[in-house]
Amino acid sequence: MKAKVYVTLKPSVLDPQGKAIHHSVELLGFEQIKDVRQGKYFEIALDSAVSETDAKETAEKIAKNILANPVIEDYKVEIVQ
Amino acid sequence: MVFGFRSLVFECKSKLYFHSLSKTKNQGPKTKCEAFMKFGVVVFPGSNCDHDAYHVVSKHVGQPVDFIWHKQTDLSGYDALIVPGGFSYGDYLRAGALAKFSPVMKAVKDFAASGKFVFGVCNGFQILCEAGLLPGALIRNSGLHFVCRHINIRVENENSPYTSELEKGEVLSIPIAHAEGNYVCDDQTLAELENNNQIIFRYCDETGETTDEANPNGSRSNIAGICNKEGNVLGMMPHPERACEELLGSNDGRDIFRSLTNAISISEK
Repeated sequence: MKAKVYVTLKPSVLDPQGKAIHHSVELLGFEQIKDVRQGKYFEIALDSAVSETDAKETAEKIAKNILANPVIEDYKVEIVQ
Repeated sequence: MVFGFRSLVFECKSKLYFHSLSKTKNQGPKTKCEAFMKFGVVVFPGSNCDHDAYHVVSKHVGQPVDFIWHKQTDLSGYDALIVPGGFSYGDYLRAGALAKFSPVMKAVKDFAASGKFVFGVCNGFQILCEAGLLPGALIRNSGLHFVCRHINIRVENENSPYTSELEKGEVLSIPIAHAEGNYVCDDQTLAELENNNQIIFRYCDETGETTDEANPNGSRSNIAGICNKEGNVLGMMPHPERACEELLGSNDGRDIFRSLTNAISISEK
């Protein structure tokens, strides 16, 4: 079982790296791109004996306490078999 | 014991040297030679300004100082801790994010809760924010570059334990060296910081104006340094420990350390 964790900057927080990437994307000629936001993606492998509910709860705790800084970031957890 | 006496004399001489070279605008209480205080510099894997901090405390502040490896959990006997700059844990995940899980941090939190002084510089500021000892967070500089140069900061609150030897509005020349010094917080936190006089330093130009141009990293409200509500925990991105000798371009940082030693001296009475 695997937990996929997506960490993104809160919409209110400026993302200078995303802006720089957006600029480079425009230089490539993709002028129709409105915005780029950069985030982080984590894959956490869990013991297959763990229930999906427990896996989600564990991954949520890890995301909240370590992977994301709740002051500036949001997170989303997905469980896949 | 002979060695102890000799080092005592040396430390007193260092202190006199320190005071003799410091500005004497504020005739507040001076630290007495007999009032020794012990500093600790917390060292994480990847800290790289630990020796700078140690040098300033031992040579200019003239007080005993130890390096404290991040696995240490007993901080008894210390009066003040410096959480130095650098790249703890290689800045992996986020700057300061992994250091907060080091064994020493639980002791640092207890130390701060007891009212003792915790002074975070650069990566130390990032760690204190990540650990929840200071509000807000430090993200990538708005200009994306690593910025390494002398900048000016203005003293916003002269009544903190770290600025008692300075005057409100005074402009200090202190170097910065960081890529993640862009201070962010929500509106409510900013209002609290302002209402509680927790903003200690703001980036400014040479005349003391807090302009956008003088803001090197995009920090909200030009914030360069803040303290907690109680005032005993300070975090700042500029490096005062690199501004204690004329040879290095500025000695404006010494008044911050002098303020701190006075605050410790007063707190022990």
